[in-house]
Amino acid sequence: MSWLDIGALTDIPREGARVVKTVAGCVAVFRTATDQVFALNDRCPHKGGPLSEGIVHGTQVTCPLHAWVFSLETGQVQGADEGEVATYPVQIEAGRILLDTARLARRVAA
Amino acid sequence: MEKLVIIGAGMASGRALENLLELTRGAFEITLFGAEPRGNYNRIMLSPVLSGEKTYEEIVTHDAAWYAAQGITCRFAEAVTGIDRVRRVVHSTKGETPYDKLVIATGSAPFIVPVQGKDLPQVTAYRDLDDTYKMIEASSKAGANAVVIGGGLLGLEAAAGLRLRGMEVTVIHLAGHLMERQLDPAAGYLLQKDLERRGIKVHCKGATKAILGDGAVEAVLLEDGTTYPADLVCMAVGIRPEVRLANDAHLEVGRGITVDDQMRTSDPAIFAVGECVEHNNQLFGLVAPLYDQARTLALTLAGQAATFRPVQTATKLKVTGVDLFSAGDFAEAPGREDIVFRDPGRGIYKRLVIEGDKLIGAVMYGDTADGSWFFGLIKDSTDISTMRETLIFGPAFQGGAPSDPLAAVAALPPEAEICGCNGVCKGKIVTAIQNGATTLEAVRATTKASSSCGTCTGLVEQVMALSLGDSFKVNANPAMCKCTEHTHEDVRRLIKAGGLKSIPAVMQELGWKTVGGCASCRPALNYYLLSDWPLDYRDDRQSRFVNERNHGNIQKDGTYSVVPRMWGGVTTPNELRAIANAADKYNVPLVKVTGGQRIDLLGIKKEDLPAIWSDLNAAGMVSGHAYAKGLRTVKTCVGSDFCRFGTQDSTGLGIKLEKMLWGSWTPAKVKLGVSGCPRNCAEATCKDIGIVCVDSGYEISVAGAAGMDVRETVPLCKAASEAEVMAIVAAFTQLYRENARYLHRIYKWVDKVGLDWCQAQIADLSNRAALQERFALSQSIYQTDPWAEHAAPQERPKWQPLADITLEAAE
Ligand code: SRM
Ligand SMILES: Cc1cc2nc3c(=O)[nH]c(=O)nc-3n(C[C@H](O)[C@H](O)[C@H](O)COP(=O)(O)OP(=O)(O)OC[C@H]3O[C@@H](n4cnc5c(N)ncnc54)[C@H](O)[C@@H]3O)c2cc1C
Ligand code: SF4
Ligand code: FES
Repeated sequence: MSWLDIGALTDIPREGARVVKTVAGCVAVFRTATDQVFALNDRCPHKGGPLSEGIVHGTQVTCPLHAWVFSLETGQVQGADEGEVATYPVQIEAGRILLDTARLARRVAA
Repeated sequence: MEKLVIIGAGMASGRALENLLELTRGAFEITLFGAEPRGNYNRIMLSPVLSGEKTYEEIVTHDAAWYAAQGITCRFAEAVTGIDRVRRVVHSTKGETPYDKLVIATGSAPFIVPVQGKDLPQVTAYRDLDDTYKMIEASSKAGANAVVIGGGLLGLEAAAGLRLRGMEVTVIHLAGHLMERQLDPAAGYLLQKDLERRGIKVHCKGATKAILGDGAVEAVLLEDGTTYPADLVCMAVGIRPEVRLANDAHLEVGRGITVDDQMRTSDPAIFAVGECVEHNNQLFGLVAPLYDQARTLALTLAGQAATFRPVQTATKLKVTGVDLFSAGDFAEAPGREDIVFRDPGRGIYKRLVIEGDKLIGAVMYGDTADGSWFFGLIKDSTDISTMRETLIFGPAFQGGAPSDPLAAVAALPPEAEICGCNGVCKGKIVTAIQNGATTLEAVRATTKASSSCGTCTGLVEQVMALSLGDSFKVNANPAMCKCTEHTHEDVRRLIKAGGLKSIPAVMQELGWKTVGGCASCRPALNYYLLSDWPLDYRDDRQSRFVNERNHGNIQKDGTYSVVPRMWGGVTTPNELRAIANAADKYNVPLVKVTGGQRIDLLGIKKEDLPAIWSDLNAAGMVSGHAYAKGLRTVKTCVGSDFCRFGTQDSTGLGIKLEKMLWGSWTPAKVKLGVSGCPRNCAEATCKDIGIVCVDSGYEISVAGAAGMDVRETVPLCKAASEAEVMAIVAAFTQLYRENARYLHRIYKWVDKVGLDWCQAQIADLSNRAALQERFALSQSIYQTDPWAEHAAPQERPKWQPLADITLEAAE
């Protein structure tokens, strides 16, 4: 693992998200109402919708384009639709958000 | 004998001494320094002392006799000022004291918000007995005001204590809900309600700007301009490990004094224990882990093997009558699941967080009897897979009741209004039923409830079901979404009847089955709340669909469209130039004239939105809300100013209407058209509200559409003057805002409530005036240009990516 400080927890609104630009595309970093953080690819597997712009409810997000619902925890789509988005390890330390860039690098190499 | 010197006579060192003296008596010659003029007392019991439930004498843990019996040299009221590690001595006001082993147990220092006025004499922290006495003294003045800054554990205990002592207390809290580190919004809401019931005012999202007063505290001023009168200010915003001595002595210090598993600092002769330490990047603020540290330290000093491992901690608020419990972990890591139970009638909320087969966190409010059982499951990592289904009902479960949609109605007081049209309250309906009205028709006939627009029918039926029991069957209408059993109509009425003013309040009181709702109910609730409580509620951006959150229509490639308002379809060369310049400057791929008589700039990147908005603002243009469940366009024709057939100034009236209505949020989009004569060039008769000018005045019709359904408008009424048109349109819009369900356009709503009912509401002049007034009140708050707001310099960074790590990741 290789943890990189990408910003403060308070930079993301509760029940919202911000994106991190990476060589492999944008990663959406979500903050829930209870201050959990999750990082997912910012591309909906359906038609590429920006998940970071979806409504965050509990630990799920609804894609803004056609309302597929994803688990922030597993990246799995919920309900009848099928698909998943990649998730990345993130953690909070002293109010800072750390993203595991090792996983990102592997994705670029693959 | 080895010389052991301890700095700080607090709870951690107190426990360490007890443990040490049990293990080895007489191995050390002990000197105990304490900055406070007294020995160790149970600091956590200061709250009962403040509230008057205990005295200081009752919370002393070690008195002079104990220290004497143990042969400890006490140096109280004597702060240590330095450590000389080379010569192994500590400095204090009375000189040098040598040590062989040194323990730093200095606890933590309260954080003081660096605002003007913080040094006034009536400003206090809440840490020790002196602070407590200072607060008790301030409360002795009759009717005095206290402001507590910080709505965490300490602040709320201070607030409750001061209130019990008769002070008028206001809590200012920075976050959106109380105790946000231990509670989720739902539990925070219940806690706030409980405190308010005790007469404590709570102001969340409040940032302190200054403490006002000349020589003595007079008031506290917040960033938003609110002031609260104050004779006492208590700051309880957090603590910092007290590490000054360790820093000066160049010991290794992170946020706290770094210690290993044996509580040893970077100097093998020096140990640290309590809140001043940092162990494995972790700080400590509750006594349970400190007691474990104390035990480890004692064993280590006694030459025995010991390892400190932090345990899980649980939180309870020591306010008599408030039942709250929170334990374990709510943050980080994928793979978690929630189980929620709410009983609105009894004000109970429970939430369990499960990961794999383990319970890892629990929040409870109202009924915490099972708290320690859950805490046990968390600490022991018990496999809960076999009891998962019934876990939330606790150890005594057998057959817990599923959440009941009737509970919210049952919880309403008799004076809660059920039918808004006819002002019928719950009590009146119950009485009618008791007097023999056992069918809906009979209730309608005797009380008039549900006899007008009819949208309260579901609630009336629920009151009947509650009064009549199984003999009455409620007509099942589709629920709002999978998060609740209630229909949109019932939720709207219950929000008003129950005075619910926040999303967590609605979810708790109406027994929502999910933690944070879903993408379907959240925008609806947000709308209902802002429409019903314009003064109390603030729009929640995070509960808005992307277009309304980002004030542009999202395109399939993730870019946005920008549509400035063109009042009544009229523009000027200057506006056109500004639009052309913006199109050039931001490389706009498509400039298009819309079907709504204005210009759409399509394909703008999110990062560029604030800049293009600010350019258009500079030319005097505001958002056209082309994305909003709100006023879209007012389409006009040229009218009497130019047209040979025009009967009235349709363009001018259209502009006036647009200027009155813009910025208002509505259940669904609202479009208007104003045509200058019955030739109807503005297509007014297929709009939500259409005005056709005639010689004698104006014909107002409503409920048209030309989208998925094409509908011709139906006549609402006639008006003689422009002023009358404006009054009717404002009142009708407000009627729609207050009564329609979310996402229903005017035609769908009118289909439900009936045109007759709408006409009657508008024809009644005092009702019309009241509606118009409520519309104006809402506009006084919500008629603002979102572009200007978000283009402000301090807002702009939020539109950029959080970070750009394209370089890092490539390495
Ligand atoms: C830009 C525009 C088309 C154009 O180029 O002319 C347009 C564009 C969209 N319309 Fe429209 N409508 C536009 C005029 C209309 C009109 C004509 C009018 O207003 O006179 C209608 C029929 C009249 C009516 O509303 O009754 C119209 C009926 C709809 C509907 C169907 C609504 C219905 O209740 O049946 C939708 C779907 C919806 O809102 O759910 C829709 C939705 C949309 C959305 C917002 C679809 C979406 O959610 O992304 C389109 C956004 C495009 C974009 O990215 O900006 N648009 N849309 C027009 C903007 C007008 C403006 O200046 O604000
Ligand atoms: C009002 C209140 C309520 C609380 N309620 C709870 C609760 O319900 N549950 C819970 O688990 N925890 C609670 N706590 C927290 C708990 O009291 C602390 O975690 C605990 O007291 C920390 O122990 P400590 O020995 O590290 O520090 P302290 O108890 O603060 O002791 C440190 C001592 O060192 C002295 N000192 C500092 N610097 C020097 C120096 N240079 N020279 C000499 N002496 C020095 C200080 O004056 C102080 O007396 C509460 C705290 C407060 C204030
Ligand atoms: S307005 Fe209509 S729905 Fe609303 S309360 Fe009245 S009769 Fe019931
Ligand atoms: S692109 Fe996400 S649901 Fe269609």
